Amino acid sequence: MPSLRRPGLLGLYYAVLLVLLYVPIGVLFLFSVNDATVFGFPLHGLTAHWYRDMLRNAELLESLGSSALVAVGSSLTATALGTLAAIALLRFKFGGKPGFLAVALMPLLVPFLILGVALLILFAALDVPRSLWTVGAAHTVVSMPYTLLIVMARLVGFDDHLEEAAQDLGASYFYTLRRVVLPLIAPAMLAAWLVAFTISFDEFVLASFLIGRSPTLPVFLFGQLRFANRFPQVLALAMLVMLVSLSLVVLAERLQRLGTGASLRPPEPAAENGS
Amino acid sequence: MDQRKPPAVELVRLAKQFEGSVAVREVSLSIAQGEFFSLLGPSGCGKTTTLRMIAGFEVPTSGEVRLLGQDVLHVPPNRRNINIVFQNYALFPHLSVFDNVAFSLQVKRVPAQDIRRRVAEALSMVRLPGTERRKPGQLSGGQQQRVALARALINRPAVLLLDEPLGALDQKLRKEMQLELKGLQREVGITFIYVTHDQEEALTMSDRIAVMNLGRALQVDDPRSLYDRPSTRFVADFIGTTNFLSGRLRSREGGLATVEVEGVGDVLAPLPSDLSPGRTLTLAIRPERMRLGRISGDGPANQVPGTVAEIVFVGDDTQYFVRLANGERVMVREQNDAPPAEGNRIQVGQSVPVEWAPASTTILLD
Repeated sequence: MPSLRRPGLLGLYYAVLLVLLYVPIGVLFLFSVNDATVFGFPLHGLTAHWYRDMLRNAELLESLGSSALVAVGSSLTATALGTLAAIALLRFKFGGKPGFLAVALMPLLVPFLILGVALLILFAALDVPRSLWTVGAAHTVVSMPYTLLIVMARLVGFDDHLEEAAQDLGASYFYTLRRVVLPLIAPAMLAAWLVAFTISFDEFVLASFLIGRSPTLPVFLFGQLRFANRFPQVLALAMLVMLVSLSLVVLAERLQRLGTGASLRPPEPAAENGS
Repeated sequence: MDQRKPPAVELVRLAKQFEGSVAVREVSLSIAQGEFFSLLGPSGCGKTTTLRMIAGFEVPTSGEVRLLGQDVLHVPPNRRNINIVFQNYALFPHLSVFDNVAFSLQVKRVPAQDIRRRVAEALSMVRLPGTERRKPGQLSGGQQQRVALARALINRPAVLLLDEPLGALDQKLRKEMQLELKGLQREVGITFIYVTHDQEEALTMSDRIAVMNLGRALQVDDPRSLYDRPSTRFVADFIGTTNFLSGRLRSREGGLATVEVEGVGDVLAPLPSDLSPGRTLTLAIRPERMRLGRISGDGPANQVPGTVAEIVFVGDDTQYFVRLANGERVMVREQNDAPPAEGNRIQVGQSVPVEWAPASTTILLD
């Protein structure tokens, strides 16, 4: 295996990856604690006042709240719809499945710019005022393909005799769903929800088309770029958001291990007491 | 069979087609209450599809399924008084052994203390007491098998269906479980319908066996009759090992037929039904009913000349492959029930007569 003996190219690629990924984040952190509004070296000394200002900036906090609201609402909706669609596609017999799947996955292929304009026209035609609701609807549409695919992958992976076994033991369809299917796909649903949440939380294009008077965080941040003296606050917020999403990812990882750990543990060979 | 009790399961011209292919062709069976009944056949013979139609997971294309005399065609699986042990057990991996076994009682909202008592009883019945709090993934294959049995039996169903439940176990554990299953069935008195492709397993455990091939039930009989009197070449070949000779009916005298086997000579066999001379047929003879050299005892014997082509020693018996004058090879199995005699051991290449009693010959007409 030559690639293992000559790590040169692979190592270089990895180094470039790390630099491009983490240096900007590091720089962001540096300037968020730098006591100056101008971005440039040398640094002017350590300060926490951008973080303090940020926490006092009502507009900024309001946009953070809007984003959280839209992200929670759209991700929950997308997860619920994606799960239902996945179960329907893999466990029920009906005609037109390929068409159904193609339509459900379409948002992956349509550029957000076009979808944004299209939704804008649609909402205008229907006399629906632009608001967090319209943004939430758009985010639900674009994150549903991801939730659908994640839950489908889990459903494909598990033994459909389990559902037959439950039925055989007298369970109705909904009892089976509640006690067998949902607990087994719960880790996938959680993963799907996290992905949907992240998609919505930093989505800019659709939000900028469909937003009403109260902007979501990305839209607000973009607006703030015009004011140089407020910019360090934006950096401080960015750091905070990073921290929160990092802990969410770690948490999700932990939860997923907790969910599957018991069933994946190898059997104890010594425990056999056959006869 | 008790005539007053309706059969546990009755299949009437049951058939199932999947898009383009026929899985089961008009199978009719009557399985008595308390019977250990096996559906035996190679993979793809329709045995699992038949089982799934009894359980209600497949809807028959035509025909009827009756459970204790009642037509259950429109009864969904969760309302049939039948439970099934799946090939891979299908234990719920996220639930403890207790919750797995208790599942059907919890569905019916049986009071908690009754559930606790009955789960403990069921687990001790399958000899796994005290494992309530384990997860299925923490148990060995044999233990999972027992949990699946306890889960399916806790409700005392009218019929228990088993779909190759021992397939995943190793040989030794399989043998143990076969005897244990048989004992368990006798103890609980529930009708077992057992699907397997392993003829030895079916012979060991069953009261009666239906041999299936290509969607048909070819012969339904008790193990002894299936072995001694197979009705078709497929059954004779599938159950145990059989030597086949093709011949033509030359004459008949009383219940005995004289069959001419080309290049070999005349062979005597009991005549099963009225056949006219000249008819071609197949003779089936079990290897352990044949002998090299003269058979002891009086009465007529079949004797054909042959040459030993190969000798295989398998411990408890020795298999001699003998080439007959017409070029066909037959297997003769002799038990090693005495130490080998000095001097007259049979060698490869030696000419020997192969002998067997007419009563050990079965005439097949297909």
